[in-house]
Amino acid sequence: MDIGKRVAREEDWIQGATGDWEIVLGLEVHAQITSKAKLFSGSSTEFGAEQNTHVSLVDAALPGMLPVINRVCVEQAVKTGLGLRAQINLRSVFDRKNYFYPDLPQGYQISQFKHPIVGEGEIEIDLPEERVEKIGIERLHMEQDAGKSVHDMHPTMSHVDLNRSGVALMEIVSRPDMRSAEEAQAYVRKLRTILRYLGTCDGNMEQGSLRADVNVSVRRPGGELGTRCEIKNVNSIRFIGQAIEHEARRQIEILEDGGKIDQETRLFDPKTGETRSMRSKEEAHDYRYFPDPDLLPLELQQEDVDRIAASLPELPDEKKERLMTDYGLSAYDATVLVSDGARADFFEEVAKGRDPKLAVNWVNGDLFGALNREGHSLEASPVSAKQLGELLDLISDNTISGRIAKDVFDSMYKTGRNAIEIVEKEGLRQVTDTGAIEAAIDEVIAANPDKVEQVKTKPKLAGWFVGQVMKATSGKANPQLVNEILAKKIDIPSED
Amino acid sequence: MAKNDELIGLTLAEARDKLKAKEITSAELTDAYISEMEAGRDLNAYVLETAEQAREMAKASDAKLAKGEGGAIEGVPLGIKDLFCTKDVRSTACSHILDGFTPPYESTVTSQLWRDGAVMLGKLNNDEFAMGSSNETSFYGPVTNPWRREGDDTKLVPGGSSGGSSAAVAAKLCLGATATDTGGSIRQPAAFTGTVGMKPTYGRCSRWGIVAFASSLDQAGPITRDVRDAAIMLKSMAGHDPQDTTSVDRPVPDYEAALGQGVKGLTVGIPKEYRVDGMPEEIDTLWSQGVEWLKAAGANIKEVSLPHTKYALPAYYIVAPAEASSNLARYDGVRYGLRVEGKDITEMYENTRAEGFGDEVRRRVLIGTYVLSAGYYDAYYLKAQKVRSLIAHDFRQAFSEVDVLLTPTAPSAAFGIGEKSDDPLSMYLNDVFTVTVNLAGLPGISVPAGLSKEGLPLGLQLIGRGFDEETLFRTAHKLEEAAQFTAAPEAWWRS
Amino acid sequence: MSVDQNTVRHIARLARIAVRDDELEHLAKELNSILDWVEQLGELDTSDVEPMTSAVETTMKMREDEVTFGNLQDEVTRNAPASEDGFYVVPKVVE
Repeated sequence: MDIGKRVAREEDWIQGATGDWEIVLGLEVHAQITSKAKLFSGSSTEFGAEQNTHVSLVDAALPGMLPVINRVCVEQAVKTGLGLRAQINLRSVFDRKNYFYPDLPQGYQISQFKHPIVGEGEIEIDLPEERVEKIGIERLHMEQDAGKSVHDMHPTMSHVDLNRSGVALMEIVSRPDMRSAEEAQAYVRKLRTILRYLGTCDGNMEQGSLRADVNVSVRRPGGELGTRCEIKNVNSIRFIGQAIEHEARRQIEILEDGGKIDQETRLFDPKTGETRSMRSKEEAHDYRYFPDPDLLPLELQQEDVDRIAASLPELPDEKKERLMTDYGLSAYDATVLVSDGARADFFEEVAKGRDPKLAVNWVNGDLFGALNREGHSLEASPVSAKQLGELLDLISDNTISGRIAKDVFDSMYKTGRNAIEIVEKEGLRQVTDTGAIEAAIDEVIAANPDKVEQVKTKPKLAGWFVGQVMKATSGKANPQLVNEILAKKIDIPSED
Repeated sequence: MAKNDELIGLTLAEARDKLKAKEITSAELTDAYISEMEAGRDLNAYVLETAEQAREMAKASDAKLAKGEGGAIEGVPLGIKDLFCTKDVRSTACSHILDGFTPPYESTVTSQLWRDGAVMLGKLNNDEFAMGSSNETSFYGPVTNPWRREGDDTKLVPGGSSGGSSAAVAAKLCLGATATDTGGSIRQPAAFTGTVGMKPTYGRCSRWGIVAFASSLDQAGPITRDVRDAAIMLKSMAGHDPQDTTSVDRPVPDYEAALGQGVKGLTVGIPKEYRVDGMPEEIDTLWSQGVEWLKAAGANIKEVSLPHTKYALPAYYIVAPAEASSNLARYDGVRYGLRVEGKDITEMYENTRAEGFGDEVRRRVLIGTYVLSAGYYDAYYLKAQKVRSLIAHDFRQAFSEVDVLLTPTAPSAAFGIGEKSDDPLSMYLNDVFTVTVNLAGLPGISVPAGLSKEGLPLGLQLIGRGFDEETLFRTAHKLEEAAQFTAAPEAWWRS
Repeated sequence: MSVDQNTVRHIARLARIAVRDDELEHLAKELNSILDWVEQLGELDTSDVEPMTSAVETTMKMREDEVTFGNLQDEVTRNAPASEDGFYVVPKVVE
């Protein structure tokens, strides 16, 4: 089936006054290529510098200045194309997209219009309940970023900073294959994960390294495509969801009122959660694309592409497969792990020579629970993979119980100390001495003859005895031993 | 004045040799040219005189020469077309829109000239953004050709766009000048002024730091008094520049060494399509004369066909304006040059560009915008680029049979100021013989070969294979020897 | 493809050049005479011809990924008609 023809699941339909609608979404993601210097000049790409201090003569479009392409940016684009399982075009051409804007010093943006460096590809997005959808990639091309206009420094003037002008971007254009805000968000997440695995974009949406233009249209489920609106420069995954929801409802309202959608560019306002028409675009754009005569066609050798292909890291989907096969993880656990390459690496280090199920529960559960609670990144985790592994070893060799391990972990997280150190210092070693456990059990039995009677008819009460024994041993008694000895001492009927 | 006359009478090669031999100093040579430059202000060849800087550079050169050091053209005073950006020296491309622009950088070509020891006298007039064939579109006013028709005081154009360069060299206001050629802007003015103009192969000289007109056609080159001087200057100007992707990484030959090699055994092609309707008979005659001279010097002559020649000019007037419309978008009143305020940003742009661009520039920007606009790209720009392929193919065919082509440089001698300025099309026709070379990216040289019946210089053009400037120089040198062009304009401007 | 006065106004707008109404007729005439003249390219059948992409037969050289410029704030703003604190200043832009 042509994935572009997919109809949304019924639960994703939007109920209008006149019936159901489905959303059709395509995304153009602008991803800043990770590089030291800009696409066509030797200026730094570093974020956050003082205005116009990362601007070369070329970036400021001084007369007679010429662009020279950055080799690494080209390689990064190829790498990304390969990561998207896309076709790499050995010959691509840079075009000029002509329009006037103060943050566009040349009066044109150098982009790739007719012959992009990367052609068709595909990615799989991961949705709740282990639903996976294939989203088509139409193309990827390289282009220059624009500068920035600051509008709030003066009542009637704008201030222009060209630091970003000329920074290399990849524009990754999807097919209109998404059918809900959730899918669009999953697409951006997955794309971001792939880019980060590849090291071709840091995916930092707050700094604008990744932003999306969202094309939204609505139609009757499975019906003819509607007219789309493009929402420009949405810079967080949450906003992408909000913008789509709002825009779809806006379009449905217009259509249900008998109106028609104008194809236009809109802006999302995070303050109101709404989209609005861009005022500056009153005239239809005519970009007058033509091949940039300052640049020659970009010719790549197949060997170069092969070399880059050979250097590709393991990508999320492959890693997920492997984690499921090699460690017997569930699809869910594996998906969670590979959403961040560092997280998967962390897991693998912890799981090495240990019980993978125990490892994944601790990594995805306890560790990430704590990191999220404390707002820490994995890089800043106070507990290293080695340390977490040592804790797991203490559980496996019965030095501590799983219950005590939680306390030990909390202490490790707070202090950064090793598990064994905490266990020794705080005397948390599990009691495996049967004599000591027996003594504790005898004490409990002697003190509670009524309970001993009751347990004969109420087998569930056995747990109460275990609890009392654990209490008496400050939780350090080996629960398995407690159960075994208890069963010998009192008569507990089987539960069925 | 006698000493000055002697000094300015030297060619670049002669002056270079005398400087090296310490027979003259750069200071005295430079002073002589400064006084010529000042005496020649009526010609309006210079838009900016940099006498102070020239004297300092000459002094530095003399210090080097005294120690037996210095570059290939140490101490030689040159004029620089205003299209070249010169560090801390106003560079405007003779456009109002670049008012007061002082680049914080030096073009690659001029920096190579300074590296080799040249002295800058000042910035030379040109058609605004090099758009023109008569130097009448300059914001600083027209340049007057030092040559006049016999017995006639009518002011004539020096050709264009490098009209300041050609006039300054012809009037001996400098030893040589830089120029640029997009459709004939080096060769046609050279033909109009009895000077030598060399447009090298596209990619031979760096375009970095030269105000762009049409990026796929623009190429820098020298205008000089004779062929040897052109060979010397080009050697310094040419070379690979990593800052210009279209500049080619191949060694620069010693062009001067090629001069003595003669033309024996070379095959000279005569493209029959260059015999156009309405061409003055004297130009046709001169062309035939050129053929005879080369034949006598031992060359084989062969008629060849360049069948798409007549389409070159129309293709050029699509490609060049299209590229220009985009290249000139950066002149928006934001980062440099003129700004004319308006009620909002768009009006500021529109006012700035309306006031900043002259009529011819505006015309070409509008044409270029139109041919690139939605729906017309294929019919105009794409078509023209295909025609370019055909023209380049014509040349490849011809050069499989011949080594060099001989044609007239321009369809007429210099015309009067104002004579053609109301009719853009008739002005464009000036480039009919030169523009093919730019479209194909080939080298071409114009050599003064005779006088019209009115006593004005006429030029012959040689066209060569890509990067075969050496064959052009040796053939041009033979042509020069045979033509014995010794006529010079009377120095009326000095009085 | 004849250019009328509205077309001239439109392309002048695209090119951001203010044109007075009284210039439109003259400009249209001028542009038409040039466009009519270039029309002769239509005589040529170019359906099988590849467009020229570059006047020079060489592959595009690339730059290494190195920062080769430091802070040029002064150099790039010193010619600006209006600047402040290292910013270029322009009439307010409305998005």
